[in-house]
Amino acid sequence: MLPLRVTGAMVRRRGKTLLGPIDLELAGTGLTVVIGPNGSGKTTLLRVMHGIERLTAGQIAWAVPMAEARQRQAYVFQQPTMLRRSVADNLAFPLRLSGQPQAQARETAAEWACRIGLGDALDRPALRLSGGERQKLALARALIRSPKVLFLDEPCANLDGRATRDIEALLVEVRDTGTRIVLATHDMGQARRLATEGVFLRSGQVWESGTTLLTAPQTPELAAFLKGDIVL
Amino acid sequence: MTDILDGFTAAFYLLIGLDSDLIEISLRSLHVSLTALLFACAIAFPLGTYLAVQRFRHRRTVISVLNALMGLPPVVVGLIVYVFLSRSGPLGVLGLLFTPTAMIIAQVIIITPLIASITHQAMRDLWADYHDLLISLNATKRQRIATLIIDGRRNLLTAALAGFGRAIGEVGAIMIVGGNIDHATRVLTTAIALETGKGDFALALGLGFVLIALALLVNLSIHWLSRTESDGLW
Ligand SMILES: Nc1ncnc2c1ncn2[C@@H]1O[C@H](COP(=O)(O)OP(=O)(O)O)[C@@H](O)[C@H]1O
Ligand SMILES: [Mg+2]
Repeated sequence: MLPLRVTGAMVRRRGKTLLGPIDLELAGTGLTVVIGPNGSGKTTLLRVMHGIERLTAGQIAWAVPMAEARQRQAYVFQQPTMLRRSVADNLAFPLRLSGQPQAQARETAAEWACRIGLGDALDRPALRLSGGERQKLALARALIRSPKVLFLDEPCANLDGRATRDIEALLVEVRDTGTRIVLATHDMGQARRLATEGVFLRSGQVWESGTTLLTAPQTPELAAFLKGDIVL
Repeated sequence: MTDILDGFTAAFYLLIGLDSDLIEISLRSLHVSLTALLFACAIAFPLGTYLAVQRFRHRRTVISVLNALMGLPPVVVGLIVYVFLSRSGPLGVLGLLFTPTAMIIAQVIIITPLIASITHQAMRDLWADYHDLLISLNATKRQRIATLIIDGRRNLLTAALAGFGRAIGEVGAIMIVGGNIDHATRVLTTAIALETGKGDFALALGLGFVLIALALLVNLSIHWLSRTESDGLW
């Protein structure tokens, strides 16, 4: 279904330009990090690429028809939604939406629960989980339909080291088995550990992008941002 | 004072003796209000959910009207239904006036806005919570509504119980359209009004106990449901 082509994409709300115009292409394999100061448009860009943000101008196009592309991608929100159901039913939910029978969906859900260390919490209400467990559940729920492309919006914000390490391990595994990942993060350590390429956003614009983004910044703004200076 | 004490004693014996009048009236009350509840829920659940999920031109107006209808005085509803069902009214030929059916119609009109309004509020909050996930997972419109109804079922039950509580304790409308006819349209509330007027405290109190028990049951259930809700269960 790749490449994804974003051409002239622009998002305006109440007369303010939040994003764009943006032109970029997502192709091949690997993990693209989206970095930039708060409010620079990382979330908005991810939502645009995922196709859930209304565009004011421009368009996005996959190599396959939109309906098919929508089925084969997943998104982990910064504050993941926990359905008022058990852990098992949360995991099984996407499969049930695609019409899988209950028994089969529950079996796959149980396998995934084990993979994320929630094997003994299958029947626990998802709303009773801790922050880290919720993020892992959301990640597993996103991966359960084996998406070709996965978007993640700051999946490790507010998480402790252990939960972060678990999530990164899973992401590396998924990345190396061919799932194309786009990850917004403000954790530069995480960006360095996971990225194969990157996009640096500044006030809704792609300021710099490429495979050497983190190692050899071309613009003074990115260099300052990577050093930890305050960039607006 | 002795009157009242005698009344309590007599009411107690009517209750444990399963007095036939008392049972008949209680069952009719349940029949009328539960039937009304069934129809009201069938209208109000989909309506409330639809209003929460779907944006359309006059959505805000519809919601305001719904909230205004919630405050309709039952007596006025009774009067309007009476006018429609009376022999010279537009639906007079159906001959429904002074039948349980007329009472059910009046109660449906009284409780539907209440149930729809509670449903709408609960579903709106749930939709705000679920919106992004359901859109992202590419759920169809039908799947979205089904998910909301399944996961909001406790809220729906609360709404239904509130509707039932209002229906079973309502007297103004069903008095007018039912006529409180013995062995035909007499229910708990109308019978209490009548027996109290006649000075027969025993039956009135006995009926009153049944009504209080039902109301308590409903309110305890609502309380229990909303507590488990805020517990973070579902
Ligand atoms: N629905 C919206 N209406 C108006 N402004 C918004 C909306 N969503 C986001 N914004 C604004 O758009 C800008 C970019 O937001 P966002 O994409 O969330 O940035 P980031 O994720 O990089 O912090 C911010 O200034 C934010 O306040
Ligand atoms: Mg963000």
